[in-house]
This record gives sequence, C-alpha cells and structure tokens, in this order.
Amino acid sequence: MEFLRSNWSDILSHIAQHLWLVFLSIAIAIVIALPLGILITRQKKLRSPVLGIANVMQTIPSLALFGFLIPLPFIGGIGPRTAIVALVFYALLPIIRNTVTGILGVDPSVREAAAAMGMTDRQVLFKVELPLAMSVILTGVRVAVVITIGVAIIAAEVGAGGLGEYIFRGLRLNDNRLLLAGAVPSAIMALIADFGFGLIEKRFDTSVPRSRSRSRRILVWGTTALAILLLGFFSLRGVGSRSSGSDGHGHVTVGSKDFTESILLAEIVAQMLEAQHINVDRRFDLGGNLAHTALVGGQIDLYPEYTGTAYTAILHHQPISDPKAVYDQVQREYSSQLNLWLSNPLGFDNTFAILIRGEDARKLNLKTVSETAKYASEWHAGFGHDFMVRPDGYEGFSRAYGLRFAGVSDMALDLTYTALASHKVDMIAGNSTDGRIAALDLIQLQDDRHYFPPYEAVFVIRREVKDLAGSAGDSDRPISPLVTVMNKLAGAISTDEMRQMNYQVDGQRRDKTVVVHDWLAKKELVH
Amino acid sequence: MIEPEQNKLVEFRNVTYSVNGGAPIIDGLSLTVKEGETLVLLGESGCGKTTTLRLVNRLLIPTSGNVLVEGKSTNDWDVISLRRRTGYVIQDAGLFPHFTIAQNVGLVPSLEKWDEGRIAGRVEELLSLVGLEPGRFADRYPRELSGGQRQRVGVARALAADPPLLLMDEPFGALDPLTRASLQKEFAELKTSLGKTVIFVTHDVREALLLGSRIALMSTGKIIVLETPAGFRKSTNEHARAYLETVETD
Repeated sequence: MEFLRSNWSDILSHIAQHLWLVFLSIAIAIVIALPLGILITRQKKLRSPVLGIANVMQTIPSLALFGFLIPLPFIGGIGPRTAIVALVFYALLPIIRNTVTGILGVDPSVREAAAAMGMTDRQVLFKVELPLAMSVILTGVRVAVVITIGVAIIAAEVGAGGLGEYIFRGLRLNDNRLLLAGAVPSAIMALIADFGFGLIEKRFDTSVPRSRSRSRRILVWGTTALAILLLGFFSLRGVGSRSSGSDGHGHVTVGSKDFTESILLAEIVAQMLEAQHINVDRRFDLGGNLAHTALVGGQIDLYPEYTGTAYTAILHHQPISDPKAVYDQVQREYSSQLNLWLSNPLGFDNTFAILIRGEDARKLNLKTVSETAKYASEWHAGFGHDFMVRPDGYEGFSRAYGLRFAGVSDMALDLTYTALASHKVDMIAGNSTDGRIAALDLIQLQDDRHYFPPYEAVFVIRREVKDLAGSAGDSDRPISPLVTVMNKLAGAISTDEMRQMNYQVDGQRRDKTVVVHDWLAKKELVH
Repeated sequence: MIEPEQNKLVEFRNVTYSVNGGAPIIDGLSLTVKEGETLVLLGESGCGKTTTLRLVNRLLIPTSGNVLVEGKSTNDWDVISLRRRTGYVIQDAGLFPHFTIAQNVGLVPSLEKWDEGRIAGRVEELLSLVGLEPGRFADRYPRELSGGQRQRVGVARALAADPPLLLMDEPFGALDPLTRASLQKEFAELKTSLGKTVIFVTHDVREALLLGSRIALMSTGKIIVLETPAGFRKSTNEHARAYLETVETD
C-alpha cells in the first residue's frame, strides 16, 4: 500500500501511456484491416495469401520483430513508433479475419435481394453487408484490443514506455510490487475492454437474441489464461521443487543466468566436472535474480556471479569502486549470512562498458567518458532496463560525468547494440565482454572517474557442496574435485578471451558446448 | 399470328448458360413473355428454372444468346436501372434484418431518392395492399413477423417502385399449406388488378395451374411443354402427365 501511495501518479502515467499505445495501434490496424478484409471478400484469389501473411505476422516473436524494425528507416528506430508498428502487425489478423467472416456470413438471400433491388456494389457494402457484419467485426476488434493490451507490455523493450516498464524492472530487480504494478492494471484493462466491447457488440447484433454464453465463455477463457500465466510465472520464480540439489555423491547441479557469458562459464565448470566423472545437471538460463534464489533454496549448487552484482543487487550495499574491498565483503557476508562460498576471481571483469561508434571515437578523438560531456547534449543514449534502474546505473552515471543527453531511451539491452550501430542512438552501456563490441566496430570509453563498481566474475557455491567428495568411496582424494576446478579457474579467463568466446556464440552462432570444449582444450584444463 | 413488337416484355433468344465451360444449365432456350401475362416456369430442382429467372435481371449473364427486356439486350441495359424496373421476390423473402418493415418496403423508392413523405405514403399503401395493417407492422423488424407476413412484405417491397415486371422465385415455397393457399389466392387477385407481367418459378403444379396464364415445363435446361393451363391439363407429354397425376390422385 505504501508503494501504491508513493507511486500512484507514476502508475497512472504509465497506464495512460499504455492506453495511448493500444488506442493508436488499434486505430491504425482498423484503418488497414477493414478495407483489406473487404477487398479479399471481393477478390477470392487474394484471400488466402493475405490471411496467410497476417497469420505469420502474429507468430513472429516480438523481440525478433523489434530486431528487424530498429534498423529500418521511417517505421523503425527507437520509441513508440516501432512499438506501434509491431502492435499493429499483431492486431491485423483478428480484424481482417472477422471482417471476412462477418461479410461472408451475411445471408446469401439477403445479398441477392440487395443486388436484385438494384443496389450498387457500394450500397450493398455500406447499407447491407457492413451493418450486418458489424457485430462479428467488432468481435475481431475486441480480440485485437485484448491482445494488444497484453502485447503492449513488450513496448518497453524499445523504450516506448507503458506498463511493461514495471514488469521488466520488476523482473530485473526481483521486486513483486513492481511486477504487480505492471500486471494488475493491464489485466484489469483487458477485462474492461472485453466487457465494454461485448456490450457494444450486442447493440449491433441484428439476429434473434443470442444466448449470453458466448461472451461469458470469452471471459472465462480470458480469466483462465491469465490464471495459467500467473501460475506459470510464479512457479518459474521458484524454479520448481522438482530439481534436487546435490546428494553428496558425485552429483552437481550447475546453474547460470540467462545470457551467453553466464551460460558459457557454467558450461566450463560442467565440462571440467564431467571430465572428473562427476554427474552434472544443467539448470541454465535463469533470469533476473532467479539463479541466486535457486542457489539459496538448494535447487542448484553453484552459478557464476559478478562481485558488483552480489554487492549491490543482492547484499544491497551502495556501490564502491575498490575491487578488493568489494570481493572481501561479499565473501564475508555470503559466508556468514547465506552459507555460500565465493571462488577466487576468474580473471576478467564484466562491467558496464560505455560504448560509442568507432567512427565517432576516431573523428572526435574520444577515449574517456569525461571527454564526451560536451557532445552529450546532441546525443541520444539508449540504455537497458537494468542500467536505468540499478543503483550503480544511469542516474549516478550521468551525475558523475555531468552528462545531459538530448534524449534517453529505456530499452532491451540486446537491442541497444543494433540501435547504436545503426545510428538510432549515439551511446549505450553494454557489457565489457560482449563480442559485438569488436564485431560492430564499437569503442569502449574508459571509465576515467571510476564510477562503475568492479564486476569480477566468480562462482558462488553452496557450502555443503564445496567439499563434495569425489566418486563414491574414493576416500584417498585429498581435496574435492569442485575445489580443484575452482583453483584451476582462478585468474584463468582474460577479458579478451571471454569477449572471443561470447562472440563465437553470439556472432558466429557456434555451439556453446563446442566453444567451451575448444577453449578448455587450448588451455589444457581438461585432459 | 405475329405479335406486335412492344407486346414482348421479355424475350430469350437461343440462350445458353454454363459455368466455367461445364455442362449447360440452360441449353438453347427461346421464349417470349408477353406484357400482362403470368408465365410459370415449372420443374424439378436443378432443371434451370431459377437460372432462367436470374438471367432476366442480369444476376447472371448468358454464355451465348441474348435475353431482351423491353426489346433491349440485358447486356445493353444499365444494370441498376434494369433491376429497379424489375421486382424480385424470393423464397425466404430476403428481407434486411437490420431494417424495419417500412424501411424494407421503402428500399427501392429511397434508392430512387423519392422524398420521405412520398415514400411513407407508398409504404402505407403497399402494406395495406398485401394485407398488413401499416400501424401495426411498419416499425417492426422482420424477425418479429411470421413467415407468411414476411413473404407479404417481400411482395410489397418488390412492388414498391411500381415495376412493370415481377420475378418470383418460389415465393410461397417455404410456407405452411394453409398460409400458402391463402397467399396464392390473394396474389392471383392482386396481379390481375395491378396488371403486372410476372415470371413465376415453382415446382408445385397446383400453383402453376392456379396462377399461370401460360406454363413452361422445364427439364435439363430446356422447355419441353409450353401451354396455357387448359392446354397443359390435356398434354400428352409424360413429364406433364406425371405432374398432373399428383394433382389427380389427391
């Protein structure tokens, strides 16, 4: 309640943004879909191609769609425009389909009578077919509105705002209040829209009064779908109790976060353990702080973490810039409060890398972040949701360097690279180990005021598992294989090596297990 | 006996109609319909009687041959004015469910842009003519009427702009026998008093004998018997005999 009271006006403005996105998208979709639907009732040959294309559009995953759209001129770019284009794509199908169904569903004898009375084609369309099809068409619009309210959540991915901002922020920060602030209003909106359109439809319904069961059925289905979504979501957050942790007999569950580097690091440990004949369960791709939650809950035994993340996001300290102090304090508090063991640093930092295009860096001779202060007022920055909200993120960064941008977009981290390379934005905060930095000719500016806290890569391991025995009954092995692995990995991975591995996976589409295998072989870490 | 030219309201000249080069549905049909007569097209389902009717107001276009209305080929008519000079009544009336009875009946006059007072007067006149009390029915919707009442509205709508020609496709086919009988009787009186030319499609030989001034018995796209009712009763054609037996054995 406290949260609601202090964020009320912010939530309202996000609701307004959300509604505006939905309204514009639906209006544009109707303007396109209605004439198109009418056209294909006249041109039978076009019917299946048009419906086919609309169908395919709906199946394109939203992030992929944004990936296509951002580099495009005119309809692409960053912000509401791109989001609306995507939302229109998704809304077209139900409206086109119901326009066709509605018009073709008009009683043939009525249409024949209309023609035989000497009505022109236009008169048949506007005075007979459209009025009679209206309730079916409105059903299509209703479906489109409900879909769009849901899908508009992803508008936040391209910095278009709306309720999605709460949901993505909530996921990153592991904050249920933020999640609910996004999910509840959008669910209520969808229900209200559904109900409202149901009433309007009834007014247009010219046939014998139909049973009410239809709209009730839609409501029931909608509620069920929502319930399933929420259920699935919360069960995902708990990672389920199905997966068991280690049983102490040569069996380790390795977890990772939901990005390439984390998966690669986890895979490195997995393969090294397997080389010692230890069974490994892989529980990769855990988003947000799920990996940490799962580790504490005993569903996984270890996962790769960054000292800065542990320090700020998990232990809730204010960021500081001394790597040694951060490492020591995380190790101490993890051990005493959470019964977790921290490995030695792996050798590289995955800190925020302030990136600009190579051509700009060369032209303006820029090497450090502080040198950009005088250009910032002409620049548009694009930052990931994470960077926008975390304590060591945007706010402190712009203050530390006195940067005032012409504009800042809050968008999906992955999309910022493409946006920078295609001149949609001029500065982004990427990851220092991202392979695309070299691939897209981006330059990392030096953090000359030491604003960013250190993000040294380490493994976090449950204490009970650390001293895991070797294969059962193997009592003459003095130290546990897991500790052996961690000792071998201490300081073993350079920033450059990590960047290369990331690039092999993200840029060259190589298989992660193969990339890891090759690296281990090269470093002679497995025999 | 050569009839004067203006006496032929509709003329089929060796008309063939087929869909996409398939077997002809109408096969070399020639026929004249004289002003003021009621020509009944009688036959089983699929014999081509409805197709023949729809060739008259150009809902269909002949594959070969010519259909002339008032001496002019339907191809040369402006299709809209051709249809507005042709009343059309079909089996389930084809009333517009979103229009009131008054709007349905006044449809063609309003398309012809009559002024509202004139339309209202005409609607009232026509509803009375087909036996529906205007005050009770004008503002109702088709779904609130019985089948027989809807069919009366269908006839009223077809007559609205006073077209010289009425095309009727089994207009009483879907009604219960009692309602059908009374509508047939009323319609027989109505058409005589109005002096309309009517082409009437039915598979009911009684209806044909009651309403027709001539009966054209059709089979597989051709006219096999063309007679007055009296002549039809005496026909030796086996198809015609088969039809007549259904009447006599009742």
